[in-house]
Amino acid sequence: MLLITCPWCGPRNETEYHYGGQAHVPHPENPGELTDEQWAAYVFYRDNPKGPFAERWMHSIGCRRWFNVLRDTATHEVLTSYRLDEPRPGGNR
Amino acid sequence: MQSHPLQALVSELHEPVHPTVVMSNHVHVYVSQAHKGELVMGAGVDSYNGYGQRGSFHVIERQMAAAIELFPVFARAHVLRTWGGIVDVTPDASPIIGRTPVENLYVNCGWGTGGFKATPAAGWTFAHTIATGEPHPLNAPFALERFTTGALIDEHGAAAVAH
Repeated sequence: MLLITCPWCGPRNETEYHYGGQAHVPHPENPGELTDEQWAAYVFYRDNPKGPFAERWMHSIGCRRWFNVLRDTATHEVLTSYRLDEPRPGGNR
Repeated sequence: MQSHPLQALVSELHEPVHPTVVMSNHVHVYVSQAHKGELVMGAGVDSYNGYGQRGSFHVIERQMAAAIELFPVFARAHVLRTWGGIVDVTPDASPIIGRTPVENLYVNCGWGTGGFKATPAAGWTFAHTIATGEPHPLNAPFALERFTTGALIDEHGAAAVAH
């Protein structure tokens, strides 16, 4: 059971949250000009690192707000959590 | 491709009570009894990506609750051990079998929680693909290009369980 800290509600059990996959995937700036390959990359292609991973979670049975978590996928350690308008702690990679 | 923990568990030994494999997508568990007597069961993946070869306890708790819903007699069975394997899941939870943009590089991957029963057909069509350079009609829809064309094979939707 992961212990995840919601930026607004504090530390809660994983069962209060919903997983949202990789964070910091920017929406295309010019959607009308994208090729099928570029759409595929945006919609389907994601990183899958072993180690620190920035990912989205939603406090689904709490405040119902989305936020980001930096978590180590090898050790399951939750390193930190932060709001959507904050940059990934420690740089992008 | 995303890596998720898939947890399973076995119980202590019991007298034979369960002569076949049962899978319920409705409560989501699958269970069979090994010849020696253990009940072997599993269900869906943990929602998050992970390489730790373990998952969260509430996922195990949910599959045990589902098993007892199906077979109340299993409530007396004690868990002997649990484990988590890492499964590679594609966006539509169906495998990718076919060519890649790299010449002479072929992939047969992304089987997620499935694959055991499909292995003979997958091997046969994969061998055909490598031998002829063209996919067999059976594995052609499973090409990598489906994520560009949008012609997904939506096992997530078809099974309605957490692959």
